[in-house]
Amino acid sequence: MLPAFMTEAAFRDLLYIVSFALFITGLSGLTGPTTAVRGNRIAAAGMAVAVVATLLRPTVSNWGLILLGVALGAVIGLVSARRVQMTAMPQMVALFNGVGGGAVALIAWVEFRGSDGFTHVATYVAIFTVFAAIVGSVSFWGSIFAFSKLQGLITGNPVTVGRLQVPLNAVLVAITVACATAIVAGGDGELLFVALLVAGAVLGAALVLPIGGADMPVVISLLNAFTGLSAAATGVALNNTALIVAGMIVGASGTLLTQQMAAAMNRSIRSVVAGGFGGTGELPAGGGEAAPVRSTSAADVAIQLAYASQVVIVPGYGLAVSQAQHALRQMTKLLEASGVIVKYAIHPVAGRMPGHMNVLLAEAEVPYDQLTEPDEINPELPRTDVALVIGANDVVNPDARSNPQSPLYGMPILDVDKAGSIIVLKRSMRSGYAGVENPLFSDPKTAMLFGDAKTSITDITEALTPLVGAAAATP
Amino acid sequence: MLVTSLGTLVLAGFVGYAVISKVPTTLHTPLMSGTNAIHGIVVLGGILLLATGAATGTFDKVLAVVAVIFGTVNVVGGFVVTDRMLEMFKPKDRR
Repeated sequence: MLPAFMTEAAFRDLLYIVSFALFITGLSGLTGPTTAVRGNRIAAAGMAVAVVATLLRPTVSNWGLILLGVALGAVIGLVSARRVQMTAMPQMVALFNGVGGGAVALIAWVEFRGSDGFTHVATYVAIFTVFAAIVGSVSFWGSIFAFSKLQGLITGNPVTVGRLQVPLNAVLVAITVACATAIVAGGDGELLFVALLVAGAVLGAALVLPIGGADMPVVISLLNAFTGLSAAATGVALNNTALIVAGMIVGASGTLLTQQMAAAMNRSIRSVVAGGFGGTGELPAGGGEAAPVRSTSAADVAIQLAYASQVVIVPGYGLAVSQAQHALRQMTKLLEASGVIVKYAIHPVAGRMPGHMNVLLAEAEVPYDQLTEPDEINPELPRTDVALVIGANDVVNPDARSNPQSPLYGMPILDVDKAGSIIVLKRSMRSGYAGVENPLFSDPKTAMLFGDAKTSITDITEALTPLVGAAAATP
Repeated sequence: MLVTSLGTLVLAGFVGYAVISKVPTTLHTPLMSGTNAIHGIVVLGGILLLATGAATGTFDKVLAVVAVIFGTVNVVGGFVVTDRMLEMFKPKDRR
């Protein structure tokens, strides 16, 4: 059926070109809110084309095993992606990234075994495969530890060996490079390859364990870029265009995305990887004595809200943890019905991943046009009657603006301290993710409502119901 | 073969960089998840090992099948989870 000039292999390559054209189209769609859904589906279609193209060959061995693997993987992927709570999204992405890295490492291992320790392949194939094996292993184990931290299976605080951390990492890198060099130079002992994978695994753990919860999204994004690079290396080794292009696009875009995320938190990738920040630690604790704070009741909050003309809501991780987004939506509907202007101020790093909060609020059907970014909302805050901070802390810490001693200094924040009054819903006086004091809480304009965010919001809504009826009735 | 591959590699790197340059922070999470799904393309590597008969012994086949499972989880899970996230951004009714 194919024209004479078109060999099987050429046809396959042609389909690969179609597939990465779809990836690129899809990816550029993913960068805009209106085109994103379609973009993602286009990319998925590209993947389907690539898989079909790979199987278009005159003889395919092990059909059964291939189908078994694909079927099992599809079921596991589908079920876990469907079941996962929106709040658990960061660790789910980490896990999906990890298995990708794991696949790369395993493929490299099979290649090593299949070529008797790279004895009858070109040197460059050995180099790229060994690279893929290391990075794949780092990515797999790094992601597993990131998942465990976010899921609370192990402590979210930084785990370090103190000053020895950097030398330790250097030694691990040296061991990995030594194994890799020995293999490429002709070492064909399988133990050597396993040692390489293990060294990569320890390196992955050593890279992620010292990192505190707040920096975790940056690390996941970095590991995502790693997996992309390792996939591209596998592509070079296997001489497969689709793998090279798709892997490298992810490697490059992932690196850029990591930079953007780090920039949104005023952190550099280097300082994130160096670790030590992002949890409780040896940070300056601002004198130690607790500044006096004013606490309030749900009924008082309700009154303040009902008689405000503009309310700005600052949701944070506390909202996500207590799953309060739907309760919040109920409350704001009441306020809107009585004529209060409600806006949501979303800090880029609110929640646990940039954009995470937008996903949660969108799930609760908050209209997209009520979600604002710091640049838009900050000029409006001085004209705002009430700023309602729900489970957010570091992103509203005025020290980031004014105190050069603060670790947060320089981070762009939401200027809620400029609003008429501030209400902070918080579980306790514990400090935020970064473990830094927040002078906002002791501001005379601030009132604290302690308790679980969802319970507090429900209480406020209850107290609000009779009030807004009255407010709506009086002109 | 190496030079062609390297050429493709470098070009793809630039494309990846260019495509992503301007992303609203709102979309960082879905975008990370979407690119995450795309690197699941390594599943092709696992499929190739089996399809071409490169994986011969039982142990090699087991490793390759696990690689295919891992890769597919990455692809399917990644795209579905991204779709779920993005569905929520869709305006319910146009004003």
